[in-house]
Amino acid sequence: MTPAHPKAQDVVLRLDTITKRFGPLVANDAISLTLHRGEVIALLGENGAGKTTLMNILFGQYTADAGEVTVFGHPLPPGNPAAALAAGLGMVHQHFTLADNLSVLDNIQLGTVPLWRMGLGRRTARAKLAKLAADFGLSIDPDALVGSLAVGERQRVEILKALYRDARILILDEPTAVLTPQESDALFDTLRRAIKTGLSVIFISHKLHEVMALSSRVLVLRHGKLVGEVATRDTDRHALAALMVGAEVPPPSVAPQNPGPALLTLRDVSTRNIGAAPGLKSVSLSLRAGQITGLAGVSGNGQAALSDLISGLTTPQSGAVEMPNLPDIWSPRGAISAGIARIPEDRHKTGSIADFSLTENAILETYAQAPFSRNGLLNWAAADAHTRHLIATNDVRCPGPSAPIRQLSGGNMQKLILGRVLEASPKIILANQPVRGLDIGAITYVHKRLLAARDAGAAVLLISEDLDEIMALSDVIHVVSEGRLSPEFARGRLTAAELGLWMAGIGFAHAA
Amino acid sequence: MRLEPIANPSLARSLGFPAAALVATVVIASLLAALAGANPLATLGLIVKGAAGSKFALLETLNRATPLIFTGLAIATAFRAKLWNIGAEAQLYGGAIVTVILGTSALSGIGAAGLPLIALGAMVAGALILLGPVMLKTKFGVDEVVTTLLFNFIMLLLVSYLLEGPMKDPMGMGWPKSAPLDRALRLPRIAEGLRLHWGFGLALISATLIWFVQTRTTLGYEMRAVGLNAQAARFAGIPVSAVLVKTALLSGGLAALAGFSEVAGLKGHLSLDLSPGFGYTGIIVAMLALLHPLGVVITAIFVAGIFVGSDSMSRAAGVPTYIADMLLAVALLLMVAAIGLTKFRVVRG
Repeated sequence: MTPAHPKAQDVVLRLDTITKRFGPLVANDAISLTLHRGEVIALLGENGAGKTTLMNILFGQYTADAGEVTVFGHPLPPGNPAAALAAGLGMVHQHFTLADNLSVLDNIQLGTVPLWRMGLGRRTARAKLAKLAADFGLSIDPDALVGSLAVGERQRVEILKALYRDARILILDEPTAVLTPQESDALFDTLRRAIKTGLSVIFISHKLHEVMALSSRVLVLRHGKLVGEVATRDTDRHALAALMVGAEVPPPSVAPQNPGPALLTLRDVSTRNIGAAPGLKSVSLSLRAGQITGLAGVSGNGQAALSDLISGLTTPQSGAVEMPNLPDIWSPRGAISAGIARIPEDRHKTGSIADFSLTENAILETYAQAPFSRNGLLNWAAADAHTRHLIATNDVRCPGPSAPIRQLSGGNMQKLILGRVLEASPKIILANQPVRGLDIGAITYVHKRLLAARDAGAAVLLISEDLDEIMALSDVIHVVSEGRLSPEFARGRLTAAELGLWMAGIGFAHAA
Repeated sequence: MRLEPIANPSLARSLGFPAAALVATVVIASLLAALAGANPLATLGLIVKGAAGSKFALLETLNRATPLIFTGLAIATAFRAKLWNIGAEAQLYGGAIVTVILGTSALSGIGAAGLPLIALGAMVAGALILLGPVMLKTKFGVDEVVTTLLFNFIMLLLVSYLLEGPMKDPMGMGWPKSAPLDRALRLPRIAEGLRLHWGFGLALISATLIWFVQTRTTLGYEMRAVGLNAQAARFAGIPVSAVLVKTALLSGGLAALAGFSEVAGLKGHLSLDLSPGFGYTGIIVAMLALLHPLGVVITAIFVAGIFVGSDSMSRAAGVPTYIADMLLAVALLLMVAAIGLTKFRVVRG
């Protein structure tokens, strides 16, 4: 597919020593890359390695502190998304940017019709869309409501949206994070067709087998630095993995432990769907003392429904939640009072209040209890002392307890949240994506705390989209797919590939 | 051009832009006065003199500020929890109606001891008027901006009906106004011979209490948490709907005190011109004060000063009093822009 010796005039995109700092963090450190016509390059790196930042600079969402972007030989003005689009760049975001209440055609035309033009030019648009769909093998009903489409179909709409705007360079940010393996294969077919027409693709991922299957060159980012650039045919998964993580991080050693009694049991629980994500479908699950239960699965397959249920945000439609001291009312406060520590998936939107100080955030779940308040009167001195204690014991790097929490890095924010919920030695811990976007140091810390809690007899539910994390930490593993829960697998019983089949929905007894 | 957030605005930035906004307001006001054919500096001088140039003027300003402190507090309290109460006008009239009903009743038998009861009754009325919209919001997601705004018109029509019907003063020579409050149930003057009544004192006490509630009580903490991030508040176990209902009761009660204070302290009866838009002006007062309860006292006095000063200037210089409304509008817009500029930096490109 790629010419053996790409010529200089084939270069469609060049990034030259791009540097971007966020405070003390160097998100991109002098990164340079070139992309040729008809080439797929993969940008590989762990969460927080700087991939998304780099693409946001390319698209004008951020302005680089230093460095230059050249597209088709012309410099791209920084900080101008419209110019990036006009230059022929098209991006498919990890989180889709589609309007659910509009049709496919409307979504694709959105933003392309000049304000002062009468009419929408529907017929032309429809013809152009039909041709694109045929050329790239992206079959889609232009009149379907986007809200009614499956995740894979929505991604097709996103890709068509970029192609409709005559994108010559397509950037896909973790495109398979929300896809089943079959849908991923279909996507790869489309991309292979696309590059034959001269399109160039940047493929962002942290999944090694996809990178190996699709790309001709791999660029590896680590902590904001470009640490390796290799031709795909000259490398293998192990070498890439080593490049990606750097010095081999030893997986936390997990001593086997005899599980205690079940502290929380779900019996045939079903819940409502959350938007496009499925609810739970007749799920039974036991969380036992002294055991980490891992929940693996492709994003958006019921993880949110399970997390919301255990957090107390939702109640079962049918089935029962059983625990030794079940609260009368199943609510967030009920769950907290029953001794469930909850580490939410989104620490910025759900786990903390950005404009509140560290102190105000530290007492978010306990402000109504002594010593933080009596008879409705707050005791800020007690709250401050408690926060200082949390800061010290959890090594939270911060200006002080009265600083707004939005000034903290993700890792330090997570450490405070961890301290907040683990301080009272809870018996049940819900950890939903607890290390997403954190640096290695913070990841190690979070894992250490979860393992320590397990060793002290807590029942831990670990929800993660990172299969390696699940396999390293969990005593038992369940897989969730379209709201259904797999049987329980003991540590080491299934390989990653076998778990992958379950994640794809293969093996479940009843249909979704 | 676009805006880039500033993580830690410097003190110079935090104070400089609002100060610049004030200066710009004065400049624009001068232009308006010049447009009306008057000497700008003299006009501004007359406004300041009319608002604070004498003991009489100053007391008049404080009297005018009193209802604005109450409505400003009502709005600051609600907005802090992101409850958009645009209906302070309705709640004010609700409080005024109850004040007249109780104030012309047998309650006069117990004299001034009846005043706290009347104030409480007025607050209940105001709270109940806001309860409907907030229940619709929490149960069905109905936009409270629309419902509270509509209540203003409903209440005005209700007052109009009452003053032409059941509450019409039989001794009123046919004017649409209520019977006067019993002498014993009027708010006393703060000092003998001064026109300032105890409604102003009650307003200052209310502001202090609200400040205390916001900073020192669990309810205030809950209200701020819900306002800043309702999703995180709900996740942490804060009962968001209950907090919004409590906020609404407090806010409606405060706005109703404006009606109580105007009727029992100043007018002595209810008429359709009881409030020249105190409920709406309260929004400006609260926004200028950045929703700070003690700031509300200052901005209410500032806004009242502009109104009172413009009235007196208009008589002396012949410039229309509408200049007061324009001045306030300009001041608010510039202040909002200035506050934005303390938090964001304008970037070209």
